[in-house]
Amino acid sequence: MTPRHSTALMAPALVWLTALLVVPCGLILALGFFRRGIYGGIEYTFTLENFALVFDPLYAGIFLKSAQIAGLATLIAVIVGYAAAYAIASMPRRWQPLLLFLAILPFWSNYLIRTYAWIVMLAREGLLTQVLRLGGFEGEAPSLLYTEGAVITGLVYNYLPFVILACYAPLIRMNPELREASRDLGAGPVTTFLRVTLPSTVHGIAAGAVFVFVLSIGNFVTPALLGGGRFQMIGNVVYAQFLTANDWPFGAALSAALIAIMLTLLMLQALAADRTANRNHADG
Amino acid sequence: MGERGTFRVMLLIVGLVFAFLYIPISVVVGLSFNDGGLPTAWTGFSTRWYGELLANDDILHAAGNTLIVALASTLVSTVLGTLLALGVELRRRKGHALEALIFAPMIIPDIVLAIALLSFFSLLNVTMGLHTITMAHVVFNLAFVCSVVRAALKTFDWSIVEASADLGASQITTFFRVVLPVLAPAILAGALLAFTLSVDEFIIAFFTSGAGRSSITLPMQIFSMIRFGVTPEINALATIVLSVSVIALTLSQRLSRRSVIPT
Repeated sequence: MTPRHSTALMAPALVWLTALLVVPCGLILALGFFRRGIYGGIEYTFTLENFALVFDPLYAGIFLKSAQIAGLATLIAVIVGYAAAYAIASMPRRWQPLLLFLAILPFWSNYLIRTYAWIVMLAREGLLTQVLRLGGFEGEAPSLLYTEGAVITGLVYNYLPFVILACYAPLIRMNPELREASRDLGAGPVTTFLRVTLPSTVHGIAAGAVFVFVLSIGNFVTPALLGGGRFQMIGNVVYAQFLTANDWPFGAALSAALIAIMLTLLMLQALAADRTANRNHADG
Repeated sequence: MGERGTFRVMLLIVGLVFAFLYIPISVVVGLSFNDGGLPTAWTGFSTRWYGELLANDDILHAAGNTLIVALASTLVSTVLGTLLALGVELRRRKGHALEALIFAPMIIPDIVLAIALLSFFSLLNVTMGLHTITMAHVVFNLAFVCSVVRAALKTFDWSIVEASADLGASQITTFFRVVLPVLAPAILAGALLAFTLSVDEFIIAFFTSGAGRSSITLPMQIFSMIRFGVTPEINALATIVLSVSVIALTLSQRLSRRSVIPT
C-alpha cells in the first residue's frame, strides 16, 4: 500500500464513473445537437434548433419561473437554516452532536415520503384544515395543496437540513474570541453579527444556497406532487420530453442548460470559497 | 437582553425548526395507526393498515425488487468506493479534476443523471431492468462510500502499514490484516448509508427500470400511489420505510462519527 498502488486502487471506481457518468452526460450534450426523428427517434443530422428552442419565450419563461421558485425556496431555507445552525451552535457543547444528527436525519430519509407528508398536511381536508376547524373555522376549506406556496414549502422542507449542516460547520469553527474582541471594542450585538460573524461564515451560506438552488431548479418530484401539474418547472419539462413527448434531443438540450447553470453556480461558489480561505489565511 | 434571555430565544428557534422538521413525518406515522385511516378524525388505534400492506402483492413484489437492488448496489459500491478512497488518499498530488469527478454524483440533479443513463442504455440497446437500476445506483453510492471512508483515512496512521511491510507481510496480508480492520467501522457506516440511499432512490430507478411492471421498485410504487392523494396503506408503508432509514442511519452514525454528518 504505497502511492504507486494508488492508480490501481482507483481504477475500478474510475472506470465505473467514466462509463456510467461521464460518457452518458457527454452523450446528453451530444444528443442536443441532433434532430428529432419523425416517429420520435433520433435523426443524426446536426442542428442548433434544440438549443434555440431552449431560449424560446415559452421555455425561457419556464426556466425563469423555475429559477424564481428555486430562488425563493433558497432564500427561505438559508434564513431559517442559518438561524437554526446559529441556535444549535449556541447550545451547550454536549447537546450539539445529537441536535445536529436530529436536524440531518430527515434529509437522509425517503424524499417521496417527506413530500407526501406535506400532502397530508395541506390537502383540502388535511391536517392544517383540521387545526383551523379546531380553532372554530367553518366553511369551505382553503386550497393549500397544488399551489406555488406548497411547492416552495416542500423544497424548503426537504433541503433545510443541508443548509443547517453547511452553516453550522463554519459557525462552530469560528474563533469565539473574535466575537468577544468585537464586543470589547464597543460593537453592539447587531454590529458584531453583521461585521464579524456573518463574513466569516458566508462560505457556508454560499455552499448551502448553491445546493438548495441546484436541486430545486431541476426538481421534478416536488412540483409533480405538491404542484399537481398546475404549473411546470423545468424538471417536469425534461421528464415529459423523455417519457411522453418523445423528443429526446430537445430534452437533452434542456438538460444541458440545467448542467450549465449548475456548473456556473458551483464554480462561483468555489471561487468565493477560495477568496474567503485566502482572506482568513491573511488574517491569521 | 441578558445571557439567559439569549439562551431562551435560541432554544425557541431550535424548538420551532425541529417542530417544522418533525411534525409532518410524525403525523404520517401517527395516521398509520388510525383505524379510519384518514386525517379527518381519529377513530381508534389499529394496526389493520399494516395487515393490508402484507396482503398487497404489488407492494411486496416492489419491496423485494428494492431489496435486491439495494443489496447488490451496496456490495459493489462499498468495494469500489473503499478502494477509490484508499487510492485517492495515497496519491501525493491532489487533482481538481479527480476531486470533481468523485464529487459530481453527489451534486448532479437526479433527473439529469436519470435521462443520461436512459439515453445511454437505450442507444446501446441494453435491456433495462433491476441490473441497470443497480448499475446506476452504484454511481452515486460509491461517491458517498468514498467520502465516508476518506474521512476515516484522514486520521489513519499510515506508519502501521510500513510496520506491517517491515515485518515481512505481503501487500495482500497488510490490506486484509491491518488496513481493513482499522477501516471496518467506516466502511460499514458507508455501506449502511449506501443501502438507505438506494432503498429511497426514486428518479434514477424510474428512468432506468425499463418498460413494464416487473422491475418496479418500492419508491416507484409509492410514487404511483401518492399521486392519487392520501391513502391509509401509504401511511403504514411510509412508517416502515422511515423506520428502516432511521435504524440504518443511527447505526451508521454510531460506527463513524462522520458518516451522516460530514465535517
